[in-house]
Amino acid sequence: MEEITLSLNGSKVTGRPGITILDLAQQNGIHIPTLCHDPHLTPVGACRVCLVENEATGALLASCVTPIAPGMVINTESPKALEARRTVVELLLASHPDSCIICDKGNRCQLRKIASDLEIGQVRFSKTRHYYPIEDTNPFLERDLSKCILCGKCIRGCQELQGAGAIDYAYRGFDSKPATSLEVPLEQSSCEFCGLCVSLCPTGALSEKMRKYKGRETKRVRTICPFCGCGCGIYLELRDQEVIGVSADAENPVNRISLCVKGRYGYDFINHEDRLKKPLIRKNGKLEEASWEEALDLVASKLEQIRGESGADSIACLSSAKSTNEENYLLQKFTRAVIRTNNIDHCARLCHSVTVAGLATSFGSGAMTNSIAEIEDADVILITGSNTTETHPIIALRVRRAVMKGAKLIVIDPRKIDIIKYATLWLRQNPGTDVAWLNGLMHIIIEEGLWDKDYVETRTEKFEALRETVKKYTPDFVEAISGIPEDRLREAAHIYASGERATILFAMGITQHTTGTDNVKSIANLAMLCGNVGIESGGVNPLRGQNNVQGACDMGALPNLLPGYQGVSDEKAVKRFEEAWGKKLPTNPGLTVVEMMRAAEEGKIRAMYIMGENPMISDPDLKHVEAALKKLDFLVVQDIFLTETAQLAHVVLPSVTFAEKEGTFTNTERMVQRIREAIEPIGEAKPDWQIICQLASRMGYEMNYEHPSQIMEEIAKLTPIYGGIYYDRLEKEGLQWPCPNREHPGTRYLHKDRFTRGLGLFQAVEYIPPAETPDEDYPYILSTGRVLYHYHTGSMTRRCQGLAEIYPEALAEINPSDARDLGVEDGEMVRIASRRGEVEVKAKVTERAPKGVVFMNFHFNEAAVNMLTNPALDPVGKIPEYKVCAVRVEKA
Amino acid sequence: MSRAIDLSKLDPILTRHEGQKEALISVLQEVQGEFGYVPEEAIERIADALKLFPSQIYGVVTFYAQFYLTPRGRNSIRACRGTACHVRGARSVLRAVEQTLGIKEGETTDDLKFSLETVACLGTCFLAPVMMVNRRYYGKLVPHRVENILKQCD
Ligand code: SF4
Ligand code: SF4
Ligand code: SF4
Ligand code: FES
Ligand code: FES
Repeated sequence: MEEITLSLNGSKVTGRPGITILDLAQQNGIHIPTLCHDPHLTPVGACRVCLVENEATGALLASCVTPIAPGMVINTESPKALEARRTVVELLLASHPDSCIICDKGNRCQLRKIASDLEIGQVRFSKTRHYYPIEDTNPFLERDLSKCILCGKCIRGCQELQGAGAIDYAYRGFDSKPATSLEVPLEQSSCEFCGLCVSLCPTGALSEKMRKYKGRETKRVRTICPFCGCGCGIYLELRDQEVIGVSADAENPVNRISLCVKGRYGYDFINHEDRLKKPLIRKNGKLEEASWEEALDLVASKLEQIRGESGADSIACLSSAKSTNEENYLLQKFTRAVIRTNNIDHCARLCHSVTVAGLATSFGSGAMTNSIAEIEDADVILITGSNTTETHPIIALRVRRAVMKGAKLIVIDPRKIDIIKYATLWLRQNPGTDVAWLNGLMHIIIEEGLWDKDYVETRTEKFEALRETVKKYTPDFVEAISGIPEDRLREAAHIYASGERATILFAMGITQHTTGTDNVKSIANLAMLCGNVGIESGGVNPLRGQNNVQGACDMGALPNLLPGYQGVSDEKAVKRFEEAWGKKLPTNPGLTVVEMMRAAEEGKIRAMYIMGENPMISDPDLKHVEAALKKLDFLVVQDIFLTETAQLAHVVLPSVTFAEKEGTFTNTERMVQRIREAIEPIGEAKPDWQIICQLASRMGYEMNYEHPSQIMEEIAKLTPIYGGIYYDRLEKEGLQWPCPNREHPGTRYLHKDRFTRGLGLFQAVEYIPPAETPDEDYPYILSTGRVLYHYHTGSMTRRCQGLAEIYPEALAEINPSDARDLGVEDGEMVRIASRRGEVEVKAKVTERAPKGVVFMNFHFNEAAVNMLTNPALDPVGKIPEYKVCAVRVEKA
Repeated sequence: MSRAIDLSKLDPILTRHEGQKEALISVLQEVQGEFGYVPEEAIERIADALKLFPSQIYGVVTFYAQFYLTPRGRNSIRACRGTACHVRGARSVLRAVEQTLGIKEGETTDDLKFSLETVACLGTCFLAPVMMVNRRYYGKLVPHRVENILKQCD
């Protein structure tokens, strides 16, 4: 298309057809004030503050909505335009309270700034003000609608970007205002406290409660959110050494201007008084403060002593999906080269180990095949075993937007989770029957000839075996197992098979089963059957939980894999590492998390080194975990708080949060992103990487790095998929692996034209029931998971005031009809018992839980659901069956 | 005041308009036709059926004066307080209505017999002060006539 030429403030300029006058001005470095405009929202042209004059006609035009046209003579500063703008602003001010001096928006207020730019002092109009009560009953935002100028940005943001639709204009004319349905307080509406509306609001009508009286930030540091695997870009806003707020990094492609409530308001754990500030050593049964010298000397000598007595394999290390790539790399290097065992693992074992195992055999690579942004352009989305809205909020936004654009969404989940609101079809399977319905879908797709024959022929192998296996999974056979009615299963098969770009999103609902690997393989089978792997916006997408769980796996914090998924018994790889590290490496695979605990209980593991993990809450069957940890001769815990696990330690080493160190996190879409030091370490705490280096040198192995970038250089040399990842390339934005060399731009989606392993491998699997099914004594199924407002074992989020206030206690979701049978009312305490233990917890009676199933989150130590869970393992991935165990429920 | 309402009466209306965002106004009219007002409890259901947000429904309900969120009386009284009526004593007429029925403007009597609202001008200023009961105008009003007029309603 031809460029349009016109005159702008006296110079001749050109622009693409379709852009607005405002766009053109911005491209030419000319500032026009705006109030209702935001580039991420639909333009409405409501406020008229952006008026400019077309001197060719004398017309005043709202520049944010007027497209450029040939022959326009635009003057953004003509006397007429300025006068009109002044009138508009004065009218706004006339109905605005005079409270600028005490308003928390301060000089971030756009209205105030524009007024002063236009040199407006006295307002010519008589004041007609609205008095509304200030609404601040929720912990996060304060609404003072007397300052509202009705720009509608909050409404558009909430509807268009967040998809929550908590607010809309209510009433008319002078009485008009943004309101929730029935004007209930936000916390009773569909508001998710993402804080987007506050960040968009040009005035003090919406403000951040936690920022009150904190003053203006003195510095902003660009970094990455420390909570979930979405990996949102954020700015930490600082006042000296205190983090006083968080804002979204709009340049980050993951989240742009959106964040979830944890990312936006979960920052006060950083400066929390509970932070560990000095090393602790257990003396006479009590943990007492000690110097770093003493603590590290003790750790080094104890580990050496135990290795001397019982061999290296009597020591085990847990790495952390919260720590950086560099730190995970160093801890596995320390474990392998200094302690000389492969006994290293981390919590990925408990979430996606079966994904890594399953997808690696099917495709040759065990990560999300596609990118987060691509989800928006899928035409069919199948979500199963992922409560996306709560666990991956920013990915859920992409799903919502895809649906708004016309995509069909199928949700297959036993719980009535939020994303179902957007679904074309929701199937409620019996927990633990995933292979059955997946085989059922494939049965229908093959029977009706809906599969992609070309793709199967040219890109895959072993299809015949799959066809044989799924033969017996007729819809009525599947219905008997899964409870999914035949016609609904057919409908799902038709929708999925009709997609040009169908993507499957899954998470722990698929993996945390004794058949986890089979579940994952079946998902891979389904996607390949319809030709959906290796294409944009399609694929098989395991949503990884922790901020850096992908990275911790990539870095080889796994007992059978070196960095970059190179086997510990792969001779060539081992040789390369041995040369680089100058040490002979063990080649027998080490123990996994749950196996370590068992070995500890049996006395075979005598010492453990735990970095940033909290197995005393997160691992299954806590009674045994506690027994195991207590049995250890030596337990070192390196963490930011005195967690439940640290309380059992012999030595506690204080480490720092993401805000106090440099490094990289790899998000769920394989994107390696930089985190940056914003404040100095609190107390004497140190970054994990420094602690490991100091310990290694005490044990006779020098690790000399001045900066994590040097560690990344070493990683790049030894890890082909990270081969091109260097800090200088990460300054502006992240890079997605595989990125084999310095010139490589990174990979947005995997398996294009060719699978990593060559041909995609169909792996036919049969349905096997869960390890523990309900019986007379334990008639209910217990399933576990997370909630929006908390993270993992709660050690961080429960120390965030707002998050703790809005979701203060554990809740067990129980179906209303079960509640009736049990005589339990909403809010009453129930006792839930399994063969392994019991807990008391408040009941939440809700349709979300299916009949016969109780759902609990694992964030609260007071009602530690893992007292109940079954440590039965998937035979390949060694993941425990968190999602199904049999329990008894009674009124407490 | 809570009244048991039979939300199943919504079903036929909502099934007819399943997924039709643009039909919101007519859905609200039908709902109001059915219940006499738009019950709060219906908002969520309408939102679900039309794939809109509840706040959007509330926005439209509050935007148009024709929609009510509270039950309406069988008889609707509209007392004028336009300028012409005002100068001829509309206020005392309104007060008489309020006293007779024990409700304020915008309210409905407990027995659901009357709803009272005020309007800016009924367009019959020559009859000022005026009030309308249902479709009937009562002009040149004096306070003591009010009770009698209201008595005739059932
Ligand atoms: S916080 Fe988020 S969800 Fe709540 S009203 Fe604002 S934009 Fe909507
Ligand atoms: S609350 Fe703020 S963002 Fe929302 S309409 Fe009012 S001024 Fe605009
Ligand atoms: S979605 Fe995840 S990464 Fe993004 S702000 Fe929320 S917790 Fe942080
Ligand atoms: S910014 Fe253009 S009309 Fe509001
Ligand atoms: S002012 Fe009352 S009818 Fe016109």
